[in-house]
Amino acid sequence: MVNANMRSSSAFVRWRKGLNWRGAVAVASFILLWQLLVRFKVPGFETIPTLSDVFSTFWTKYMLSAKYWKAWAVSFERVGYGFVISQVLGIPIGLLLGTRQMFHDVMFSVIEILRPIPPLAWVPISILFWPTNEMSIVFITFIGAFFIIVINVHDGVRSIKKEHLWLARSLGASPWRIFQRIIIPSVIPSIAVGMTLGIAVTWNVVIAAEMIASDTGLGRLTWEGYVSNTPAVVILGMISIGLAGYLSTKLVDYAEKKMMPWRKA
Amino acid sequence: MALFDKIEVTPRDAATSAAIDGALSIRRVSKVYDPDGAGVVAVQDCSVEIAPGEFVAIVGPSGCGKSTLLNVLAGFDTLTAGEILLDGNPLASVSRPPQPGPDRVVVFQHGALFPWKTVLENIMYGPLRQKTMTNAAAEEKALDLLRRCGGLDTVASSYPAQLSSGMQRRVEIIRALMNEPKVLLLDEPFRAMDSVSKATMHRHLLEMYSLCRKTIVFITHDLEEAIYLADTVIVMTTRPGTVKKVLKISLPRPRLPQMMSSHEYLEIKRQVAEGVHEEAKKAFERGEREHA
Repeated sequence: MVNANMRSSSAFVRWRKGLNWRGAVAVASFILLWQLLVRFKVPGFETIPTLSDVFSTFWTKYMLSAKYWKAWAVSFERVGYGFVISQVLGIPIGLLLGTRQMFHDVMFSVIEILRPIPPLAWVPISILFWPTNEMSIVFITFIGAFFIIVINVHDGVRSIKKEHLWLARSLGASPWRIFQRIIIPSVIPSIAVGMTLGIAVTWNVVIAAEMIASDTGLGRLTWEGYVSNTPAVVILGMISIGLAGYLSTKLVDYAEKKMMPWRKA
Repeated sequence: MALFDKIEVTPRDAATSAAIDGALSIRRVSKVYDPDGAGVVAVQDCSVEIAPGEFVAIVGPSGCGKSTLLNVLAGFDTLTAGEILLDGNPLASVSRPPQPGPDRVVVFQHGALFPWKTVLENIMYGPLRQKTMTNAAAEEKALDLLRRCGGLDTVASSYPAQLSSGMQRRVEIIRALMNEPKVLLLDEPFRAMDSVSKATMHRHLLEMYSLCRKTIVFITHDLEEAIYLADTVIVMTTRPGTVKKVLKISLPRPRLPQMMSSHEYLEIKRQVAEGVHEEAKKAFERGEREHA
């Protein structure tokens, strides 16, 4: 049995089994439909480029352009700063909210008032406040992920099993040890949820902020495509943003797996 | 099953009982929740004497205050009246703030293994926190306990989520035993299990009990389980919880599954069942919820 299985599960067979052919057909149909709608100039599609137009634009003008790759780097940098700062500040604040009643009483109403304000509503005040445009974009990105992580960590602390805390006390752990070794690991899954939601929001926010207040980045690239009437660049920008978001999500997923070795699939 | 045969069970006599500690005196204990407001009396004037090494089962309907009593014993909750002594030393009283300790470890109904620690790390947690053992000594003892309790040392490096709920509960009992507690407090540990797993867990628990002979306070609402496992069955009334009946179980040890159909067992069950069902019916009619 072992022998037969070993032989049949060659790399090719495994690849073919792992392939989601329904998904592949759907993607191919989507591209074909897109191509046809543009070719036959269906109303609304007159100015839309086909995927092949987009690809040839990328191939001839952008693949080797420093400006294009700079846009990637700049956007990633903004997302990176905004995201990391939001976690570094948000996780301790969430922990304090959950563990210190005094801090909760003072801060929670302030947070609840500021939280519903959409990140983009912070754009004007941010530009007025921060000395450089770069700082204001990072700040807006930070706002996008900050409240999410705070709320998730706060909620994580509140839903710690009381049995865990009781047991740790029974077994001789000091309050500081309980914080370090029981509260922190209990909250890690909530931190992970906050990170997953946060990274998605930071990309949403950074692209919009770039379109409004910057002359670099993938958001700006997409907007320039529109302004300069080169729709292929718009689509290229969109695809690039999609890829960038996907890559960041994968990165965060990887970090989360490392944070929670006890959670195996 | 093989392990079960190997364990020699020495019949308990007065001399061995006196040698080990773990005598609990629960004296006229009451617990009122929210005394200034709603004033829910969870436990009322409850007195129980538990001998060292005795296996006591507390049976009662949902919401009879059995878990409250256990939490007070464990030092997680205050009491409103009365006192509890452990080997003659005050453990809990009205004036004392509750103080949990490694001498009374609880195994909880829904399980409380730390999911981010491996089985071995969970078991070693107590002695390492209390600094009573070195890392190496704790590991050796933990592995030895695991091995003796049905060969669980094979899962030492697994995380709790990778184990069945029965295994998790056994690991949890081992984690408690690792601290050499005077009293082991079990809060309906097999509640959510099907009857086959439950029977297996009973066998494992009896094995562990015969190995360590700690005082055990076992909370359950399953009367048959209580009679089968315990030396003494205490029946509690529905809220306010108080002792309704104390019954010594004369079944010999080792306890074996076939005893559950013996004449003696059925006779004991008949004696207790009436009282328990009466209380259960009262609780049901009042719509009590567990831990309400």
